[in-house]
Amino acid sequence: MTLGPTARELMVAAAAREIRDGERVFVGMRLPILAFALAQRTHAPAALGLFENGLVRAAPADLDGTLYTMSDPPNVAGALWSTTTANIMGLLEQGGVDLGFIGGAEVDRYGNLNTSYVGDPRQPRVKLPGSGGGADIACLSRRVVIIMPQARHRFVEQVGYRTSPGHGDGPGWRERVGLPGGGPATLITTLGVFRFDEQSKEAVLASYHPGQSVDTLRAATGWSVRVAPDVRETPVPTDAELALVRACDPQGVWTR
Amino acid sequence: MSASKLVSLRDAIARVVPDGASVCMGTALEAAIPFAAGHEIIRQGKRDLTLIGPISDMLFDQLIGAGAAGRVIAAWVGNVSAGLGHNYRRATEQGEPHPLAVADHSNLTLSLALLAGSLGVPYIPTRSLLGSDIAATNHDFRAARDPWSGAPLLLVPALRPDVTIVHVQRADALGHCHAWGPLGVTREAALAAQRVLVVAEEIWPTGRILADPNLVLLPAFKVAAVVHEPWGAFPSPLQGYYGRDHASFAQYHAESGTFEGFRAWLDRWVLGPGDWPGFLGLLGPERLAGLRPRRRLPSEPLDYGV
Repeated sequence: MTLGPTARELMVAAAAREIRDGERVFVGMRLPILAFALAQRTHAPAALGLFENGLVRAAPADLDGTLYTMSDPPNVAGALWSTTTANIMGLLEQGGVDLGFIGGAEVDRYGNLNTSYVGDPRQPRVKLPGSGGGADIACLSRRVVIIMPQARHRFVEQVGYRTSPGHGDGPGWRERVGLPGGGPATLITTLGVFRFDEQSKEAVLASYHPGQSVDTLRAATGWSVRVAPDVRETPVPTDAELALVRACDPQGVWTR
Repeated sequence: MSASKLVSLRDAIARVVPDGASVCMGTALEAAIPFAAGHEIIRQGKRDLTLIGPISDMLFDQLIGAGAAGRVIAAWVGNVSAGLGHNYRRATEQGEPHPLAVADHSNLTLSLALLAGSLGVPYIPTRSLLGSDIAATNHDFRAARDPWSGAPLLLVPALRPDVTIVHVQRADALGHCHAWGPLGVTREAALAAQRVLVVAEEIWPTGRILADPNLVLLPAFKVAAVVHEPWGAFPSPLQGYYGRDHASFAQYHAESGTFEGFRAWLDRWVLGPGDWPGFLGLLGPERLAGLRPRRRLPSEPLDYGV
């Protein structure tokens, strides 16, 4: 008897489904690296992972413990390429990266993310760690998937500081400011999955996780949520998928 | 034959890191962070440093809490295991122990700034950060247009750190060094610097280092000093030598939650031991041995035959 999936395991499974076979993926850490490993071992064996410290990997790291950072030695052993940040980010700016995963402290309906400042940047109420490579991924990858815990105070009408640009203030904004990448396609949360509408560029609720509903999602979102006509429950990972996720996070550091 | 640049860590920091200097560290992102050098900077009471680095893990947080930093030029400052850095927050939100100026970057723009410095050009253009508030609040950046297409660009000005401190696997006494694993911005940061401090896990004879000149990080004439400090990147990992000590990051996060807690942490782990071997002695040999690789994965030797 397998224990049912946690919210974070549902997020990993949903994120894995965003990865298409053969794609080059800017992976990041925590849940996205688990999603990359799951996709690799199921429907996307030819996906490649890129890491901003200067790594390209095919197979996920061979582990007997948890991977805490992309620079942990097991993530380097067996890499296809070990190089520099400029070389990896150069591939991103060339348009050579299909998909990037990012997260943040605040998100708004157009997928703009704040990972920098709560309050006035000159006198912040909270100084968050900053962009890292997140803003680069948001600006430059062909498609972006946002993955973060959902709470009303973090899902805001408009982010106080736009660290990682999404669709700005709506249709045409990215083109106007000169951003080459396609921007956010999907927002995966602890409660459900939103998809950014092709025309309005707004996050539209596509599915709610088991135990949630359109109403609970609405209550946990700080903007008036548009709901897809075919909204449904998020598909639950199979037992085999769950076993693969748990093998990559044996202590449940990221998924419990 | 050039003279040996091998000195103690104490002498190296005293000589190459004056108060007010701009110091680039943590250039390989989460790996090979020169914690030994950072702790010596704290012990010597350096002040008003400009810290430059992409993410730095918790090293910058420690230097900020110790009062060594006046300015930070970085893409991310915190603790990769735990997220937020308590000292970074206290300094930027409350001015404790004193106010800190922050110039926000992304990993790409910091990499380009150092690359420009290494190339000797004034700036490098990018499309990254267009539409990001980072480009608006960091006044070092300039908006521009591509002279050919007219498309919007962001100009990233060159950074030339006074000193870049790197931790490498091995070096000779003259400053030739071998570094492997993902390099992050290490090569650009070292080449862009006015001078480089090399901290090495092992010191090798020059002939054995120069047997593989492709692996040499930069010309030794850029190197001001070489220090032999085993485990000098602990608790960050060093490929082929040791893994990351996750417990140190978690413990630091827990104990630095208040400024008093941080001061106690500093007394116990940095000021008390007096030097890096003293710090390693507090950790004990078993803790270190547990981080050694369990499986050797040597690469094939190269043939430079003539």
